[in-house]
Amino acid sequence: MDFLRAASLDDALATKAQRPDIAPIAGGTDLMVGINFDHIRPSGLLDLTSVPELTEWSESGDVVRVGAGVPYARIISELGERLPGLAMAARTVASPQIRNRGTVGGNLATASPSGDAHPALLACDAEVELASTRGTRRMPVTEFFTGVKRNAAEPDELITAVHLPRATGPQQFAKVGTRNAMVISVCAFSVALHPDRAAVGTGFGSAAPTPRRAVEAEQFLSGELTSRGMWADPRPLPDTVVERFGELVAAACAPIDDVRGTASYRRHALGVLARRTVRWTWDEYSIGRQTCA
Amino acid sequence: MRLNLTVNGRPHQADEVWEGESLLHALRERLGLPGSKNACEQGECGSCTVYLDDVPVCSCMVAAGQAQGRAVRTVEGLADGERLDPVQQSFVDAGAVQCGFCTPGLLVQAHDLIERNPEPTDAEIRESLAGNLCRCTGYEKIMDAVRLAAQRKAVS
Repeated sequence: MDFLRAASLDDALATKAQRPDIAPIAGGTDLMVGINFDHIRPSGLLDLTSVPELTEWSESGDVVRVGAGVPYARIISELGERLPGLAMAARTVASPQIRNRGTVGGNLATASPSGDAHPALLACDAEVELASTRGTRRMPVTEFFTGVKRNAAEPDELITAVHLPRATGPQQFAKVGTRNAMVISVCAFSVALHPDRAAVGTGFGSAAPTPRRAVEAEQFLSGELTSRGMWADPRPLPDTVVERFGELVAAACAPIDDVRGTASYRRHALGVLARRTVRWTWDEYSIGRQTCA
Repeated sequence: MRLNLTVNGRPHQADEVWEGESLLHALRERLGLPGSKNACEQGECGSCTVYLDDVPVCSCMVAAGQAQGRAVRTVEGLADGERLDPVQQSFVDAGAVQCGFCTPGLLVQAHDLIERNPEPTDAEIRESLAGNLCRCTGYEKIMDAVRLAAQRKAVS
């Protein structure tokens, strides 16, 4: 095993091309656990914490690019207005010490169904930026998760950033666990209202082999809001709409029984989270519209 | 590999550091600084909390090589010579130390909280210490100690 520190992105990509089996390390909050417990023994570690291209975020037009190595603590303190859903999800990650180190890039690389960032990324139509010496590409996050802890990055690629549209409406994230801190979610849900295009985004975690969107629920709610003219003239969401939204989210999941909860509990709880968070976002949207008018 | 870093203001060097080794292991076993405690090795307990370039982290999840050339401050570096930091003195005075195993991590994390937020509310203290476990469950005394430390820092 050896240890290499990349000084620049080009340097990191050249190393990854030569040694596709090397393990990139940023916050280390997942990888080091595996090494400490002898579960994994990579051929080497490639330290990315000194690569400037990975550790900053920037804004271009309506899109925010968050470098893969920006720690959760900075997403919370610096991006709460631009990316409220992702910032809320970041706020629920583990503990302060871990939020100081852990990154969205690492969350994506691990690609666990329970990764806290994933539902928020899905609800906002995020794109994952992947780079290699062959070039840079962007992929919808919906295509990135290919299985339990599997993702679509090629062996010579590094996850370099996520791109998210700046929020145009309220967003929410909620998860179920035994306490606030240090929890692997039993299930998690994120919803985003996109009034600029009369659309609704969703994402859920820990309730299917991969993080997923609840597409039918999104289409149902955006259809109801549009047909009732409620984007322009927000009124309280009818209970029947909220109920149906929750049912469609629950129907989209494919959970398993495990030590954290049963499949039926997860399906039930996901529906509860969906109903709650959609009410929160809609109330916020309604109040915001009234204030503007 | 050879590791060069600054710990508690002084340059340190260690040889034959294993490439997969944690910063915690390097501090305890190579540099003779056993203040940071080794318990869960997975970021659950906070006993190994140290400052890395002024940011509190679980040193069990930092690869030693990632600290190359960087500045680490451990619990051993909080006191000014023989004079304890107000956070340390407050833990003593409030009776917040029972078996003492979680104390070093709590001290570093509480020290950072008060540096950033000199008048923390109880909710902010609880949130800040949410990643530090005390298995003696002496949390109320720990809360007292952090409140006391904030008061003392405010008047000092």
